[in-house]
Amino acid sequence: MHVPDGFINAPVSVAAGVVAAGAVAVALRGARRELGGTSHAARHGGERAAPLAGLVAAFVFAVQMLNFPVAAGTSGHLLGGALAAILVGPYTGVLVVSVVLLMQAVLFADGGLTALGVNILLMGVVTVVVAYALFRALVKVLPRRRSSVTAASFLAALVSVPAAAAAFTLLYAIGGTTDVPVGTVLAAMVGVHVLIGVGEAVITAATVGAVLAVRPDLVYGARGLTAPLKLRVGGELVDAPAPAPQPAPVRPPRSTRTVWGVGAATAVVLAAFVSFYASTSPDGLERVAADQGIDREVRDHGLAGSPLADYGVAGIDDPRLSVGLAGAIGVAGTIAVGTGVFTVVRRRRDARRQDRGTV
Amino acid sequence: MGAGHAHRLYRHAESPVHRLPPHCKLTAVFCFVLVVVCTPRTALWAFAAYALLLAAVAAAARVPAGFVLRRLVIEVPFVAFAFLMPFVVPGEQIRLLGFLDVSVPGLWDAWNVLAKGTLGVTASVLLAATTELRALLLGLERLKLPPLIVQIASFMIRYGDVVTDEMRRMSVARRSRGFEARGPRHWGVLAKSAGALFIRSYERGERVHLAMLSRGYAGTMPVIDQATASRAQWTAAAALPSAALAVCLLGWAL
Amino acid sequence: MSSGLGFVPSLDVRGLAYAYPDGHQALFGVDLTVERGERVALLGPNGAGKTTLVLHLNGILTAGAGTVAVAGLPVGREHLAEIRRKVGIVFQDPDDQLFMPTVREDVAFGPAAAGMRGERLERAVRTALERVGMAEFADRPPHHLSFGQRRRVAVATVLVMEPEILVLDEPSSNLDPASRRELADIVRSLDVTVLMVTHDLPYALELCPRAVVLSEGAIAADAPTGKLLADRELMRRHRLELPFGFDPAATPAPPRRPGAR
Repeated sequence: MHVPDGFINAPVSVAAGVVAAGAVAVALRGARRELGGTSHAARHGGERAAPLAGLVAAFVFAVQMLNFPVAAGTSGHLLGGALAAILVGPYTGVLVVSVVLLMQAVLFADGGLTALGVNILLMGVVTVVVAYALFRALVKVLPRRRSSVTAASFLAALVSVPAAAAAFTLLYAIGGTTDVPVGTVLAAMVGVHVLIGVGEAVITAATVGAVLAVRPDLVYGARGLTAPLKLRVGGELVDAPAPAPQPAPVRPPRSTRTVWGVGAATAVVLAAFVSFYASTSPDGLERVAADQGIDREVRDHGLAGSPLADYGVAGIDDPRLSVGLAGAIGVAGTIAVGTGVFTVVRRRRDARRQDRGTV
Repeated sequence: MGAGHAHRLYRHAESPVHRLPPHCKLTAVFCFVLVVVCTPRTALWAFAAYALLLAAVAAAARVPAGFVLRRLVIEVPFVAFAFLMPFVVPGEQIRLLGFLDVSVPGLWDAWNVLAKGTLGVTASVLLAATTELRALLLGLERLKLPPLIVQIASFMIRYGDVVTDEMRRMSVARRSRGFEARGPRHWGVLAKSAGALFIRSYERGERVHLAMLSRGYAGTMPVIDQATASRAQWTAAAALPSAALAVCLLGWAL
Repeated sequence: MSSGLGFVPSLDVRGLAYAYPDGHQALFGVDLTVERGERVALLGPNGAGKTTLVLHLNGILTAGAGTVAVAGLPVGREHLAEIRRKVGIVFQDPDDQLFMPTVREDVAFGPAAAGMRGERLERAVRTALERVGMAEFADRPPHHLSFGQRRRVAVATVLVMEPEILVLDEPSSNLDPASRRELADIVRSLDVTVLMVTHDLPYALELCPRAVVLSEGAIAADAPTGKLLADRELMRRHRLELPFGFDPAATPAPPRRPGAR
């Protein structure tokens, strides 16, 4: 979904560029922290960010060329935003995807030069931030197991792609140069990208799972999920006493709450968006079917000849609004329940830890 | 989407365009595209003038038309999108070829997006065709991109081929053992390869870092080459965007 | 530098012990002295701690106990830049070592990081590339070179620093016989101290008059290479095996270079 030149007007492109530059600047600072921490060489004046992020960028670049066959003749490939965020952390993820986009624009004319800011904002920032926020939130809620990490990766990648499509629609609504109704753009973009998101989700989860199986220490998003050490006491395995709390330079405690909040907000907004449109517009597959049936629909609709006429033009009708609201309320409810469960689980875990402390 | 190799885009030749310093070219192309994007879509002749300007640059750079046209393929998904516009944009309808009802504003939209997009891609293709990879990085550095970004980009370029080769070897190894990916059933195997590729890339990054430390790296890359530009070179590079700006202003005035 | 330095060994390792942060101990008191101008082979089975030892020589790892000194200069934080200039490590995979976009920039990286600029830098780069016979490849990207060529460039990237000691990690691995011989010719033509980490015993015999065996994190043997390779009991104990049909006694040992430089 590389946006070309001339699709979003100049002022909005420039504004997007400024926002993207700011985001990349923040990412630069954060990436140093994410990549610097674990090495024994780091304390010798080592700056690891450049070579490591460079190699990860080369990886993202290469993996985008890996073809995943879908059915006879067609194949898809990974976009990599969610994968990068989960494997190397959100800051490095933003940085790496941005560099890949920059190089694609300059070297391959893929994505317009003036639209570079828009592209970085959508594919670099929105995808990575949404994916990581959702991922962290899920990892917190789900039980501490590897399968949870994989499941969280799946959902994070699944949501991140349509989220970028929705963000595109937002930019389009502000600064689009064409008269295609915003509702149509949103329906088409989100519809198609939900499909792409499913593929992205399967591949991302499988890839994260594969790395997790071999080098769990390299999965940034799964840090702190390693099984507790065991001691063999009288022929039985018992939990080793918890090690002294390690200084965590990477994630200040404050940020969990921020991430949690952002994740929750995103989920609500997305649910509202998706159910809002899902209620009248069919999903991607059905859309393709509708495209096939153009001829029959031509006569039925006032908007003659429009294959997308189904998606409505006038903007918002009440039933859809209500469904959208319902979706939002549903997610809010789910989050409330999830938080409750999470709180209970954590309390019990804390209690257990205290028990162990007294033994 | 970003398939293809960097060295295939560059066309070696001796020309005034090739000799221009990279940061001048980058600036010129960016300003040109910005001007194009700002042009009113009804000024049809202005777009023709832009096309002529680019053709002149291509001629000066000895880049054949066929080369540029082949590279335009990258636009295809988006052309398909543009072709939908006349059907989805509401507004006054006209009948084309006797059977096709399309909307007039939709046609304008399609034209606008196609014309500007194509000019943008052409300008970028010309830039990539006349500037070596290394020079592009130096140019970006000169344009005050944060040094860390330039370093990451240059590592990505250096190791892009190495990582891609590793990926290809894994694919050969898979196929040698009789595995052929035919559908989503086989995604698990492919994802395992992707995971292994990540681990290899990351570990290589750690080894590269050690090698850099061993040779005195302390956080900043030493300055070895520097792109410099004379006033004459800047003037030469400015010719394209200035001419475009004149056209654009005329387009608004007329 | 004063002439008195001639008596200081290029490398002096004493009682070096090291454990990785995860608790795995790799070195258990290594003592090793390499005189100036010597060429020494460092032999040992996989996991003996060879790479760990090498990473101590230029201060990437810091000793848990014991000391490392290069040309009389103790390896430590305060002299790190100078130590890294004096110790030239050629890593096993040249792709890890050649990280810059072109051969020329890669060779220039070290001296430029040390502050060299302009014409002097150009000259140093040219000389180093000529010494390994790669001068005409200066503007090529490393990826376009053959494996043997890449390894030669990797040698040039450390030669350009005019190191006190050249450390080669598995220099002959993955090389075809011709490249292997070319590299040997280059190493022989150099007038520097060489420490060569290798599993390639004939190569060690060909290039290094002296060999040491590192086994289980300590030096287990130190002798003229020919004699060491002929000691079957010692070889078997440290999982060292000669290639089939190779007889160290039948190969003339390289002459010891008495007090080179």
